[in-house]
Amino acid sequence: MTFLESDAGSTLSAPALVGEDGPRVFRAGFIPLVDASVLIAAAEFGFAAREGLAIDLVKDVSWANIRDRLAFRQFDIAHMLSPMPVASMLGLGSNPSPTIAPFSLGRGGNAITLSIRLFARMQETGLLGPQEDALANARALAAVLKSLRERGEAVPTFGVTYPFSSHHYEMRYWLAAGGIDPDRDVKLVVVPPPLTSDALAAGAIDGFCVGAPWNMVASARGVGRIVAAKQDIWPSAPEKVLGLRPDFAEKHREHVLRLLVALDAAARWCDDRANHTALAEVLAEPRYLSTPAELLRHVLSGEFGLDDQGNRRMIPDYIGFHAGHANYPRPSQALWIYSQMIRWGQTSFSHAGLDAVLSAYRPDLYRAALGDQAPDTTQDLRAEGMEADDGFMDGHVFNPADIPAYVAAFPVRADTGLSFDDES
Amino acid sequence: MTQPDLTILVIDENAIRASIIEEGLREAGHLRVTVIHEVSGVARVIETLEPDVIIIDIENPNRDMMEHLFQLTRMVSRPIAMFVDRADTASIEQAVEAGVSAYVVDGLKKERVKSILDMAVSRFNAFSRLQRELADAKSALEARKVIERAKGILMKMRGLSEEEAFALLRQTAMNEKKKMIEIAQSVVTAAGLLM
Repeated sequence: MTFLESDAGSTLSAPALVGEDGPRVFRAGFIPLVDASVLIAAAEFGFAAREGLAIDLVKDVSWANIRDRLAFRQFDIAHMLSPMPVASMLGLGSNPSPTIAPFSLGRGGNAITLSIRLFARMQETGLLGPQEDALANARALAAVLKSLRERGEAVPTFGVTYPFSSHHYEMRYWLAAGGIDPDRDVKLVVVPPPLTSDALAAGAIDGFCVGAPWNMVASARGVGRIVAAKQDIWPSAPEKVLGLRPDFAEKHREHVLRLLVALDAAARWCDDRANHTALAEVLAEPRYLSTPAELLRHVLSGEFGLDDQGNRRMIPDYIGFHAGHANYPRPSQALWIYSQMIRWGQTSFSHAGLDAVLSAYRPDLYRAALGDQAPDTTQDLRAEGMEADDGFMDGHVFNPADIPAYVAAFPVRADTGLSFDDES
Repeated sequence: MTQPDLTILVIDENAIRASIIEEGLREAGHLRVTVIHEVSGVARVIETLEPDVIIIDIENPNRDMMEHLFQLTRMVSRPIAMFVDRADTASIEQAVEAGVSAYVVDGLKKERVKSILDMAVSRFNAFSRLQRELADAKSALEARKVIERAKGILMKMRGLSEEEAFALLRQTAMNEKKKMIEIAQSVVTAAGLLM
């Protein structure tokens, strides 16, 4: 069989320009979300150019496409969910292909939104206090679900963005902290982020966990009530990362290190409130997020409209791009992701699995580019959730040295991941 | 036929393209082909059909939802992998570039599926070419209309013959190193402002 001309059917041509000295233009895939800011700012505000690089940004519609286009060399680098390289290295999901994360693109930005109708029923339980409290919200939802079950009513459907996403694990974490079994008491489905607010309005789903700006889009429209932000669940939770193929990083090491320097400068710039207006205006453009700049400014400042009734909440670190080593791909974070995959039965614990997970995060590349900024290596496998302002909502502490025990200690978890058979 | 026919599910929001794929599959002797245009309710379709091959357009934002179905509900008895032969990167790259992706039941012999995927890729490409040709034809028609109007304006305002009006447009375009349609458009716009 002969193929027709291969340039047909796609706006993408060959992968990035590869000159004598290797690539200077990085073709980068991204999903329209606020946490693509560091990549967008690096391309738009001169940080890449300062390092002699260019970033050619290509907007995509699904994480599966991002994964496949990176694997099949249409992209050199990509805006990725932090669990994606971990899943790829573990061989999970469709088309797993070696992917590494040498740089985190920031943290925060996620929240959980429920339909107005469901929230009204939670209010009727009398379990909600006067203060915004994510745990109280989860417990009130548990009470509503119990009464639904008793009356034989259908369980609500909640949307997440991808099987291997921070949103998926955060939604499950929040539900389980309230005593809800995510596999029994509710139904979880995947909904593309830009469709979440419409799906909620249409009653196709009763809630969702998604990144910025989509929670605020739903609350501003009056179709949803925000009930938890990432800061309530675990402030340090890893969000998006820069993903690339390990062979690409090896072959173009110098350019990749320069890219990390450019992204570091861009991240620092994005964190500075003085730049938020300029950033919001660029993000608002149709080729990026195609969302009103004013809403994006609110997102960046952490000023939350919880609903359309004027209930607001300030979360100063709702989105962080740089401060507090936000860009350092700390191996303990990859291991925490692994623990949640085990907790919910996506995989089981093994030493081979541990090695695969640790190969996904590449602090060595970060150090090679930005050594003076990296935290002490003794922090690489630190226990998570210890610090006073960085606890998990259920008070558990993650000890990366004993993942099976950490998982077993959760009262709510899937049964399937608990066969801690160790083949190695 | 010595082997049981494969069950194929085509998910494409573009109904015309889907029917082109379907026709290609039938021509190749595949009779168990189902086409759907919407992803809502796809879980039930997959459950009933138990397809061996799923073909989906990658501009469909619901691809992530499909993968979640495969992964979490375990409604498909055997694991599903994208493409059969990962070593055949050239044809995979061609497919991704054409905008089509496929999920294939694990364990299926690659010879049985390769021709299906090749067909899907070439039909996707043929469809984009048709669309491009259609778009080109449409804009050519639009351009001809504008040039006709500009000619009419010049004939009326400057008392030129049709040939002279045409020659004036062409000469001006050459002098200004612009396309004739651009000059014609300026004439039409200017006339709209002045008259």
